[in-house]
Amino acid sequence: MDLFGDPGTWLPFAFAFLMGLSILIYVVLDGFDLGVGVLLPLATADEKDRMVASIGPFWDANETWLVLAIGLLLVAFPLAHGVILTALYLPVAVLLIGLVLRGVSFEFRAKAPAAHKRSWNWAFFAGSMMASLSQGFMLGMYVMGLSWTVWNVLFALITAVFLTVGYSFIGAAWLILKAEGDLQRKAVDWAKGGIWGLILGMAAVSLASPLVSDRIFDKWFSLPAFLYLSPLPILSAALVGFLWWKLRRLPMAKDGFAWSPFAAATALFALAFAGMAYSFYPYVVPDKLTIYEAASAPESLFIILIGTLFVLPAILGYTALAYYIFRGKARDLTYD
Amino acid sequence: METLLLSRIQFGANISFHILFPTITIALGWVLLFFKLRFAWTQDERWMDAYFFWVKIFALTFAMGVVSGITMSFQFGTNWPGFMETVGNIAGPLLAYEILTAFFLEAVFLGIMLFGFRRVPGWMHTLATFLVAFGTTMSAFWILVLNSWMHTPAGFEMIDGVVHATDWLAIVFNPSMPYRLVHMLLASGLTVAFLIAGVSAYRWLRGDWTSDVRATLSFGIIVAAVLIPVQIFAGDLHGLNTLKHQPQKVAAMEGNWETGPNVPLLLFAIPDQQARENHMEIAIPGGASLILTHSWDGVVPGLNDFVMEDGTILHPNVPAVFWSFRVMVGVGLVMLALSWGAVAFMMRRRMGVWSLPNPMLYALVAMTFSGWVATLAGWYTTEMGRQPWLVQDVLTTSAAVADVPAPMVMTTLLAYLAVYVVLTLIYVGVIFYLAHRKTVTGDIGEEARSPEATADAAAATFARSGA
Ligand code: HDD
Ligand code: HEM
Ligand code: HEM
Repeated sequence: MDLFGDPGTWLPFAFAFLMGLSILIYVVLDGFDLGVGVLLPLATADEKDRMVASIGPFWDANETWLVLAIGLLLVAFPLAHGVILTALYLPVAVLLIGLVLRGVSFEFRAKAPAAHKRSWNWAFFAGSMMASLSQGFMLGMYVMGLSWTVWNVLFALITAVFLTVGYSFIGAAWLILKAEGDLQRKAVDWAKGGIWGLILGMAAVSLASPLVSDRIFDKWFSLPAFLYLSPLPILSAALVGFLWWKLRRLPMAKDGFAWSPFAAATALFALAFAGMAYSFYPYVVPDKLTIYEAASAPESLFIILIGTLFVLPAILGYTALAYYIFRGKARDLTYD
Repeated sequence: METLLLSRIQFGANISFHILFPTITIALGWVLLFFKLRFAWTQDERWMDAYFFWVKIFALTFAMGVVSGITMSFQFGTNWPGFMETVGNIAGPLLAYEILTAFFLEAVFLGIMLFGFRRVPGWMHTLATFLVAFGTTMSAFWILVLNSWMHTPAGFEMIDGVVHATDWLAIVFNPSMPYRLVHMLLASGLTVAFLIAGVSAYRWLRGDWTSDVRATLSFGIIVAAVLIPVQIFAGDLHGLNTLKHQPQKVAAMEGNWETGPNVPLLLFAIPDQQARENHMEIAIPGGASLILTHSWDGVVPGLNDFVMEDGTILHPNVPAVFWSFRVMVGVGLVMLALSWGAVAFMMRRRMGVWSLPNPMLYALVAMTFSGWVATLAGWYTTEMGRQPWLVQDVLTTSAAVADVPAPMVMTTLLAYLAVYVVLTLIYVGVIFYLAHRKTVTGDIGEEARSPEATADAAAATFARSGA
């Protein structure tokens, strides 16, 4: 156990990494589900069915990454878990009710009497909106240090809108990959409309975090750190440029490059996330509580880590299997 | 109302809503696997029909279980931060193992089970069905380990007011875990048996006499009849175990105030916590002593032993525990009477479900969700019976609650309650709607023309005129 030095140091770090990884996977995977939900009202009745079908086999497993992320926060950093979630009490409630609505209307819209289907479509949209907006709101509050002042709330309202538009962008990118014909062409238009949410959102967070905290400012704007870090903004700008250019040419013959917007969007989310992780490390509650202060006892963390190292590869393996089985264009979902 | 009470009501509301759906999916997963395997062995189409009908209800229930479960995992942080701060070193790993070994397994293979029927080979679909059923059972295992540990903590030491694990085997196999796990898994089996029997009886009464309805109706009745005596026996053992570890809970379940021998079994009473006595008792003399100690003059603990010298009360709210226990046992006895009665009819007239008289079918429909009632009542007994402790003798509930302003908790509580009540009603409505739609549009038209169905219809007329 002491193989890598003091377990009180490397175990919290390992768990912060795992938690960050699950949040990132969650944001990409459930991001596209929620985005598809946000875009739902823009489609025709028939397209709605195909949009829902494109996420049918995945949404449940995608959502489980949120359970893992929150679970890791809970089990590895119990002190931080309490502080963060009580500070975000109301937006968490909105998120949960949103996820409930989204999840159940997915099932009910296919099983309830046909006359009710429209209402369930609305519930699906409303649930996706509530979940996306509240996640964006929580992101903003977290960046501003979790205190409920008027300015912080205003900022959080802005990030709420940006993240929702960003999700609708990655949702549209998913549909470009999974849809054909009219729906695919529509998805390209939606993606063109949604990309600004991503850009403005990333810009807002990147500008706000160093301005709010001197510590973060110094971490970025000092030499040589500034030079090491410069690939992050440069790569992001290159990806945005690529998307801008590619989206004008899609869809292409033989469905070429239909995967590229989704891949680029994923890379963008990852870069933005890496930047945030760098800013906030080693804090788990911004400027108040570090991961080392908030961590559970090393013995307990060690027990979880062993399990994680065995099970996580298996999870990634069978998740990949599921995506492989349901590869290709989305068709109607049937149970037989 | 103050924050503590509101937070308790909110947690109780959330977990009550949550447990409704896992209770169904845990056993229904295995039932679906059984239907599939039965089809593979017999090549009899009705098992596949049964599978396709019930897999829809499974999907619906699973979604309800997942979304309400996510709410659960946030509750610890939003309302009970003291819980993880104090016992996080034990609760943490158990919850983490639940997520890693169970949640991902069921969530990923659920997609393949529900939508992969045509995309993967038959064996892989069967394997996916198995893994989903296995996953739900694993999550029941881990969460019940944690819950049992909260009732009978073991394998830990306290350092500076924080629990540290010393022996993981003792933690996992803590004294009440085996009893609670068995009792809960049987509860799940019974809930599903009555659900299947009830919905099948509904379709039957609506004139859907297809062979898959016959199969599932008798399947539900027989499973119920087999499980209920086992459940009563397991419940008795569970009670004896509780007597050893949480005597104050048993004293509240029995409504017994003074420790002593020859304690009666109360069939009815109105416990009065202020006066510390019962009103309007109807009792079987010596009954409680007999059940709990297996001798008429055995000594049963009394509630007055759990009042400290300074007047602090260390036993749970008596009427609540007393009555929820009676509701559970009462439903169990009705389940026994109904399922054995139905089996008796089926065996005496030797005509399977054709021999069931209409009133009995109506009773089965009325009992469709009786498993829910008994399960909730059982959980209320267990959980309220632990109060004022959150972790028995380690952490009190009031020490764990979050310092959230009461009006805020009130707001979220009302929002959750509104969503839960509406969704539960819709869920029940949609299940009967699916049954109704199957009856109207299902394969009944074709079946009616088949020779077998003609014979069935004749038998039905015969059975009904005889009844
Ligand atoms: C992981 C732990 C855990 C598990 C598996 C359960 N509970 Fe529990 N329960 C608690 C952990 C807990 C708790 C955190 O310990 C609570 C919260 C407040 C309290 O008093 O205890 C509690 C309280 C609590 C209350 C309020 C009791 C009161 O305040 O008087 C009810 C009605 C239930 N629970 C019901 C259930 C049901 C129906 C469950 C079935 C799934 C269940 N609990 C499983
Ligand atoms: C405090 C207690 C509990 C918490 C925090 C909790 C948490 C959760 C979560 C987060 C999920 C969703 C997982 C997913 O995304 O697939 C879930 C589902 C599930 N839970 Fe719970 N749960 C609790 C109590 C229980 C109990 C007491 C049981 C059973 C005895 C149980 C059995 C299940 C099962 C079988 C599922 C799978 C979903 C389903 O079958 O509907 N849970 N739970
Ligand atoms: C009729 C005879 C029954 C007896 C004697 C019995 C006994 C008990 C006892 C003593 C407890 C409390 C355990 C504790 O102290 O913590 C309990 C809890 C419980 N009962 Fe029953 N029970 C019976 C029937 C049922 C039925 C029919 C169901 C559901 C279908 C059920 C579901 C539960 C559940 C879910 C719990 C809470 C979980 C647990 O602690 O195991 N019981 N039962």
